[in-house]
Amino acid sequence: MTQHAQDYDLPDASGHFGQYGGVFVAETLIGALDELKEAYAAAQRDPQFIAEFDYDLRHYVGRPSPLYHARRWSEGLGGAQIYLKREDLNHTGAHKINNCIGQSMLARRMGKPRVIAETGAGQHGVATATVAARYGMECVVYMGSEDIRRQAANVYRMKLLGATVVPVESGSRTLKDALNEAMRDWVTNVSNTFYIIGTVAGPHPYPMMVRDFQSVIGRESIAQMQEQCGRQPDAVIACVGGGSNAMGIFHPYIPVAAVRLIGVEAAGEGIATGRHAASLTAGRPGVLHGNRTYLLQDENGQIIETHSISAGLDYPGVGPEHAWLMDCGRAEYVSVSDAEALQAFHDLCRLEGIIPALESSHALAYASKLAPTLPKDKILLVNLSGRGDKDMHTVAEKSGITF
Amino acid sequence: MSKIQAVFERLQAQGRKALIPFITAGDPHPELTVPLLHTLVQAGADIIELGVPFSDPMADGPTIQRASERALAQGVNLRQVLGMVANFRADDNETPIVLMGYANPIESMGLDAFAAASFDAGVDGVLVVDYPPEEAVEFARTLHRHALDPIFLVAPTSSEARMEQVGALASGYIYYVSLKGVTGSATLDVAAVAARIPEIRARTGVPVGVGFGIRDAATAAAVAELADAVVIGSRIIEEIEQSSPDKACENVRALVAGLRRGIDATSSALREQP
Repeated sequence: MTQHAQDYDLPDASGHFGQYGGVFVAETLIGALDELKEAYAAAQRDPQFIAEFDYDLRHYVGRPSPLYHARRWSEGLGGAQIYLKREDLNHTGAHKINNCIGQSMLARRMGKPRVIAETGAGQHGVATATVAARYGMECVVYMGSEDIRRQAANVYRMKLLGATVVPVESGSRTLKDALNEAMRDWVTNVSNTFYIIGTVAGPHPYPMMVRDFQSVIGRESIAQMQEQCGRQPDAVIACVGGGSNAMGIFHPYIPVAAVRLIGVEAAGEGIATGRHAASLTAGRPGVLHGNRTYLLQDENGQIIETHSISAGLDYPGVGPEHAWLMDCGRAEYVSVSDAEALQAFHDLCRLEGIIPALESSHALAYASKLAPTLPKDKILLVNLSGRGDKDMHTVAEKSGITF
Repeated sequence: MSKIQAVFERLQAQGRKALIPFITAGDPHPELTVPLLHTLVQAGADIIELGVPFSDPMADGPTIQRASERALAQGVNLRQVLGMVANFRADDNETPIVLMGYANPIESMGLDAFAAASFDAGVDGVLVVDYPPEEAVEFARTLHRHALDPIFLVAPTSSEARMEQVGALASGYIYYVSLKGVTGSATLDVAAVAARIPEIRARTGVPVGVGFGIRDAATAAAVAELADAVVIGSRIIEEIEQSSPDKACENVRALVAGLRRGIDATSSALREQP
């Protein structure tokens, strides 16, 4: 525990979390970011905006999401009790929708009739297409052609919702390239377009704004833990790609010094193989996508291709606030391999009747390693950030099954 | 006085405007970069912007992205780019070279190490696309310490206050991005540019080059009437892309010489005005 957490109010006015974050974009985007900063600051002070956000979370998303004691799984592991924050039960099946509601409300306030988004696994793309359909906005989603191949069902969902899905053929054809392409669209069409970034990365104010919209997860958890257990958990565990579900559940817990915060990165085929996506575990600080943070890069500062069984964690950077929380010691970051995540995926299916997303399975896998080392009266809270329907093909393929 | 400043002063005395072509280092092949640099000078370049390839060129359109990818596929890195500049300097100690790229390869090398190596190689200025002035105070200081000019972008959306913020850090010239979008976008609106140049010049105190969307001699000439320099990138990369490697220099020479004639025709017309 560090003294920083006592009076935590980052980022500072210029968007920095210590040396991380900031506004590393071409001058052509500065005007748009200034406009966004002002609009967001005004919205935060507007009770009507806050009331509408809360209303939509309740009646459209289905919040609060349940807090569920995974009794059978916990018993089998023989140690700490595991509680699951059921973000998988949200409308569209993941935590991503919380942020999309907030940003699309902001887009409407700013009079932008067109929204764009980047997506990896497709969850953020689906959530963006969903809110765009509801508000009658034009929606364009950029998606790496490699991810389009891996996530065909989500591509079709976006199209059903009226979005245009643009395949990105540059670079590694995955999430980072989709983000590059969305930025290029934004700088070209900035007068009528709002860029809905899906994670706690990008230039200021995005990491702060996305965190704020997602922190409903942690606020609900604090109330629900108190109600069900009469106390807060010993540790909060969440998977980290860009890190929005983790920031959402961590943020309200930062001042609660006794609660360990554990972020779980994708170790892919193993950190030593180089085929992974663990930026905090194995990367070093640099500048990408508008912020300074830990990056997976080669010795010349070129961003390298990542690997994870879960497309949503397949990103070479990480939100700058996570970089700061790691450096100052408030949060710990570990990694879990494809195989361990798959095992946790199957365990939760068989023991609790819940099919988790492969992203969330990384957090589950770490909980399943930590729980047996702790006494039975300890409590682990895991953010079950999404459901696994979208991963059927990937898991089946790993098991040698074709539909 | 920096080499870049000297170029602008000489041209001003002659009543001429600067032509600043851009190529990506290592495109189409690392061994062609130095010959292409000499070709650009022979065809009339006053200053050259040399792109440092990066894996994620967020502010560039498809043309320069492809050039970057071609260079990276051949393993071109920042140290090699500096080596190319040093080779060029063996035969040309006059023409200023401005490196243009993204922050991460530079931060990976370390700001001070980069600035020192750039000075040693014979680099004159550096433009880092994703360093707006608020994130570049230390960087600009480091460059100045090594006698390098920090070049900054100004956009149509930049406020007067921002121009002054840029002016406090910049030397050499200002690169005015003449339209919304990425490099290689549609053709620019000359009238819109005309309105901004005097203001930028006044608030930053350095010469103003205009780029993004200049594709032919006529537009180059029109921009030269207003600005101190004309920057042309994507159109040249396209020429390189469409040429077989043995014809690349020849075709680029013809293209750039044409642009030079366009710009000089404007300059002489301006001189003859009463």
